[in-house]
Amino acid sequence: MLVQYLPFLVLFIVAVAFAGGAMVLSRLLGPKRPSATKLEPYESGMVPIGGTRGRFPIRFYLVALLFILFDIEIIFLYPWAVIFLEAGAARVFLFFEILVFLGVITVGYVYIWRKGALDWE
Amino acid sequence: MLPAHYYLMLSAVLFTTGTLGVLIRRNPIIMFMSIELMLNAANLAFITFSRYQRSLDGHIFVFIIMTVAAAEVAVGLGIIISIFRTRTDINIDDLNIMKG
Amino acid sequence: MRIPVDPSDWLILIPEFILLGTAIAILMIDAFAKAASDRSSPWISLAGTAGAIVAAVFLWGNPLSGFGGMIVNDDFGVLVSTAILTGTALAVLISVDYVRREELPAGEYYALILLSTIGMLLMVSSANLIMIFLSLEVLSIALYVLTGFARMRPRSQEAGMKYFLLGSFSAAILVYGVALIYGATGTVDLQSIADELISPGVLGNPVLLAGAGLVLVGLGFKVAAVPFQMWTPDVYEGAPSTVAAFMSIGSKAAAFAALVRVLIFAMGGLRPEWLAAVWVIAALTMTVGNLVAIAQDNIKRMLAYSSIAHAGYILVAVAAANRLGLQSIPFYLIAYAFMNLGAWAVVTAVTRKGEEAVGLSDYSGLFWSHPVLAGSMGLFMFALAGIPPTAGFTAKIYVFMAAVAADMIGLLIIAIVTTIISAYFYLRVTVIMFMERPAEPPVVTVPTPLAVAIAVAAAGTIWLFLFPGVTQSFTDTVARLL
Repeated sequence: MLVQYLPFLVLFIVAVAFAGGAMVLSRLLGPKRPSATKLEPYESGMVPIGGTRGRFPIRFYLVALLFILFDIEIIFLYPWAVIFLEAGAARVFLFFEILVFLGVITVGYVYIWRKGALDWE
Repeated sequence: MLPAHYYLMLSAVLFTTGTLGVLIRRNPIIMFMSIELMLNAANLAFITFSRYQRSLDGHIFVFIIMTVAAAEVAVGLGIIISIFRTRTDINIDDLNIMKG
Repeated sequence: MRIPVDPSDWLILIPEFILLGTAIAILMIDAFAKAASDRSSPWISLAGTAGAIVAAVFLWGNPLSGFGGMIVNDDFGVLVSTAILTGTALAVLISVDYVRREELPAGEYYALILLSTIGMLLMVSSANLIMIFLSLEVLSIALYVLTGFARMRPRSQEAGMKYFLLGSFSAAILVYGVALIYGATGTVDLQSIADELISPGVLGNPVLLAGAGLVLVGLGFKVAAVPFQMWTPDVYEGAPSTVAAFMSIGSKAAAFAALVRVLIFAMGGLRPEWLAAVWVIAALTMTVGNLVAIAQDNIKRMLAYSSIAHAGYILVAVAAANRLGLQSIPFYLIAYAFMNLGAWAVVTAVTRKGEEAVGLSDYSGLFWSHPVLAGSMGLFMFALAGIPPTAGFTAKIYVFMAAVAADMIGLLIIAIVTTIISAYFYLRVTVIMFMERPAEPPVVTVPTPLAVAIAVAAAGTIWLFLFPGVTQSFTDTVARLL
């Protein structure tokens, strides 16, 4: 039973050994000439400003929360699409049904937009 | 494929971990994470049973549970943030104006 | 499970759609014309609730089922929905001036009340465990926000947090129970579960029993049954009073409807297994609720324990699981909606320095300054204690008769003894109102909408005592479902 997972185990061991080996070798063999610029954390080429442990403004969380909500509602379009494909004559009705669903989400969007939850300032 | 009861045992372990987390931990955010763990344990159980019975119903239920969990997160974090604004720490034992 | 697409399914959900449309209208008015929304939203929501009541009654006597059997609209559901909508309408009436006084955002407040009501109505008509979970969350999430709605008050925040954590904890327990039942029976449809239970192999399945137990725990949290009641007093005390009034009716009625559907309609075949558990929970709930209520000197906490105790009496009817029990549950819930909301309405009227005066001593001498208000409060206390001439008496008699018919003499004795004990703290409120006035009496304001709500609640409380037959003929058809 478990024997069929043997290739995975081998792959896992090889992967760990290769990655670990490469790191150890480069540390042992590589030349080290540290300078101030080299020791800075790499942030896509930008010069970093401030520490990494700073507090994010609370707005950031608000927008993230709203994003999660709207993002996950869309998951229901997938089962709907599957049913729609096979629905035949009921397609027109299904179309209006999903319009109601999207309409309710739009109401939520209009509401947070009017209430200023999306204003960054 | 691993037998179904492996997944069920994992799901039971996750559920128990979550339950103990809610009962033992005192930080609301950790408690809430434990509740999410319980919901995900249920999701895993649904998927397992669904596969075991060769029906797709369980998958749809997982969609629904995930959506509900997201809505819960939004409201829960909203409440926690609003408490954060008026006080600095949120240990649940300090929230005891009301007793009885 | 294959769900046929059928436009006529939407007919079943007309009450819910009326409420949804109203809630959306309120939100949009709030977003685009804030000032108009503060004035108009209570009346719009009242109109929406009235429309929903009409639509619900229109569905009466015409049992429908739709969405592949996920939603049913039988007479039991219509009656409990009526109780919930009555509670919502009265809660909106007592909120009109309360929301203004507490400076709560009106549009959001009423929209959330209506959205929560939608969840309650859906829960009542759910014939599917996943629908029960989903509607439970719809009603609860709105209630979490409403509980913590008075953001400037630490008590409200604390209550919101506690309700949220314990509420979602119980929902997670419930959904895991649903998963186990799904595993054991291969379905989450209540009717199919009932059919499955006929085959002997399923009955003793430990996975099924564990699942049923977890569902019972999850719903036990929502109806505030002992030992899952610990959130109730804090939440009722901290939440804005109108919200506490609203949820004490709606979420309890909805959870009881779901409990009846799960335990009696779906798992009637398992009654020998669950009876002992429900018996113990009912006995504990009545005893603890009434005994701890005696020690309270805060009227909101007293009403919270009273609400726990009443859940115990309804659980007696659930445990009986017979014709009479099934008849008495909707009657009890409707009667409870009137008498409990009446009591909460009076609580919102008595204030001190802009805060609610919640101490029992604040009520001393109320009769001498406000005889009508104190008289109504006395009536509601009589009703909650189960003393005639009130609906509370009739409701308790029905429950006791159901217990007799089910041969549950032990539970009947506990119910009667705790009823007698409960008379002590309900009547104490009445007695206090006749005592001498304190040096610094609280401010009592009874604006018109609140007065109307109290009058309707009082009239309903007496009307159901005088003419229990009005709902009796309704509940007869309910019992035929068994």
